[in-house]
Amino acid sequence: MNKKERKKHLIHLAFWTWSWVLTLAIATFGPEFFWEEKSALTIVAIVVNLAIGILMVLANRKLFNHYDELERKIHLESMGLTLGLAVIIGLTYSLLDQKNLIHSDAEIGFLVGFISITYMISLMVNRKRYS
Amino acid sequence: MGKNHKKLSNNLEERRKSIGLTQQELSVKAEVSRKSINAIENGVYVPSTVLALKISKTLSCKVEDLFQLPE
Repeated sequence: MNKKERKKHLIHLAFWTWSWVLTLAIATFGPEFFWEEKSALTIVAIVVNLAIGILMVLANRKLFNHYDELERKIHLESMGLTLGLAVIIGLTYSLLDQKNLIHSDAEIGFLVGFISITYMISLMVNRKRYS
Repeated sequence: MGKNHKKLSNNLEERRKSIGLTQQELSVKAEVSRKSINAIENGVYVPSTVLALKISKTLSCKVEDLFQLPE
């Protein structure tokens, strides 16, 4: 396990993650506060955000491939559980919205938050299981 | 025998201690995390063939000396 290399991968991932968050904020609030809604700048901001998002995923894959096999197993199990729950909860949430059984509209942000929390909890549980 | 996984018995801990290595030292030599060594010794994780071979090579023994199918 090369700690220096891991640190390098972590720094790359952090850099691309924060860049993605920043460009997402620019693409979201730019048309509202800085330029016209239907400006070419909006398209540019969205395309840049998408490109940086792909780079973030690639940085995550590099870090993942650097993990040893136990860590990979822990992450894969957590991802599998998170994916399954996200599909089930996401569709249930969408159905509740379609049938007007919830007051507010279904928001993708809810699903993203749910995925983050589920992934963190399952990582903690799996780390405990394999310790 | 250490604590065993239901699918694989191991005596890694005994073998490691007999040659005076800590988990940390073994993990560095076998290029794996200390947590993996700990999980294998505690019988909560079954290593891959590659990792089992790496560990046995590090401890200068055969894989069968470290891992056996439970009877």
